Amino acid sequence: MSARTLVTGIGVAAPSGLGVEDFWAATRVGKNAIGPVTRFDASSYPSRLAGEIHGFDAREHLPGRLVPQTDRVTQLALAAADHAFADAGVAPGDIDPYGMGVVTAAGSGGVEFGGNELRKLWGRGAKHVSAYQSFAWFHAANSGQISIRHGLSGPSGVVVSDHAGGLDALAQARRQIRAGGRLTATGGFDAPVSPWGWAAQLAGGMMSAGAEPERAYLPFDEDAAGYVAGEGGALLVLEDEDSARSRGARTVYGELAGYGATFDPRPGSGREPGLRRAIDTALTDAGCHPAEVDVVFADAAGTKRLDREEAEAITSVFGPRGVPVTAPKTTTGRLGAGAAPVDVVSAVLSMREGLIPPTTNVELSPAYDLDLVAVRPRTASVRTAVVLARGRGGFNSAVIVRAVD
Amino acid sequence: MKGPTVAKTEFTFDDLKRILLDGAGADEEIDLDGDILDTDFESLGYESLALLETGGRIEREFAITLDDDVFTDNSTPRALIAAVNETLRAAALVDA
Repeated sequence: MSARTLVTGIGVAAPSGLGVEDFWAATRVGKNAIGPVTRFDASSYPSRLAGEIHGFDAREHLPGRLVPQTDRVTQLALAAADHAFADAGVAPGDIDPYGMGVVTAAGSGGVEFGGNELRKLWGRGAKHVSAYQSFAWFHAANSGQISIRHGLSGPSGVVVSDHAGGLDALAQARRQIRAGGRLTATGGFDAPVSPWGWAAQLAGGMMSAGAEPERAYLPFDEDAAGYVAGEGGALLVLEDEDSARSRGARTVYGELAGYGATFDPRPGSGREPGLRRAIDTALTDAGCHPAEVDVVFADAAGTKRLDREEAEAITSVFGPRGVPVTAPKTTTGRLGAGAAPVDVVSAVLSMREGLIPPTTNVELSPAYDLDLVAVRPRTASVRTAVVLARGRGGFNSAVIVRAVD
Repeated sequence: MKGPTVAKTEFTFDDLKRILLDGAGADEEIDLDGDILDTDFESLGYESLALLETGGRIEREFAITLDDDVFTDNSTPRALIAAVNETLRAAALVDA
């Protein structure tokens, strides 16, 4: 039996707050952070709302050399990484660099940087393309830059599986620790609020065309009609329990206790979607009975079919109205690879405070037998939380986070 | 090929500092306005990609083509400025 894998540091860059305290102050009361797109002129696009991080100036957070060579998504990831390592109380040199790694998830990569360089390529010629396009667009750029900045020389990597990637990265980080690593920084980020990013998401056909920030993204509601996209994510410091204890880690937020991932059957096969099995697998991995679970953070895709599939999976595992379910991402929109790591942060903060943040704006459809924590937060003792995430194309992932005494 | 309306005929130390800053930023430990003419680019914190980007920007702004190994052969600001100006003079002779 492996030692436990603990969460000892967290950093968040979300539309609802940059830094854990601001983020939680907004999330716990369901403060809306969705608004009109301001990062580019979206007036001619069918989807014109986004969860944007306002007031983030990369120059205040990054060394001068890094700003011209990084996409916004990497800048957000580096800011969150600084917060996470400061929170964990780990500085370069504290731990053998080869015992530390970083595994992040990315959905779109550096799509704003890449879009700008493509515009230069076709508009002004190849000589105008930045040399940094060679890596700034790349999905692995976040892991690479975090690894350099924080001196993480151990096993590192990136996973790309849309929203599910945010949990798949955590699982890969736990594998690295179980294989002998001491610490792995892990999470996920996306920053798609740019013309190219928007074009890619629109092509998926599930973006909301709603114009009112509080009516555009309504998962599990009769009026669900797609999702609003947002930018940001979270980075967690995961540590081997013995290592964390021996260095005297000052905060243990919880344990990454279980993980399960499945892939959906071929469309039209008539077979059950894979989400229920992902939850069951994660519970088994954690040695956890469904009755022990205090809250489920839903993927909350925001389309009728995906909402129904998720509600059925949750009801099938936990019983009708058998567990509180919430989706605080209604305040930020869906953050791609960043969404689930942000939910994991919300899960451990729910444990800390004894409060489940609300799913805002949603009136639960009578079609779903869920105990949805809608509109207002709910006080509750939270010891075990499930976080769900699905990726376009059939990815299903579930993570169990458990309180540590 | 689009070029500047009036091609510049001299590449100055200020040009270099401005282009470095625009294209690659600056290390907080380094004062570009200090005595750096004979400090090699690597010590100033600029790796190969930063120099590639800098070379590309010089070529665009001054409408010249630099040798691929211009930074290998000229590893300090003083040497690079001299090399760029030599290329500029050669280009002016061809044009004239």
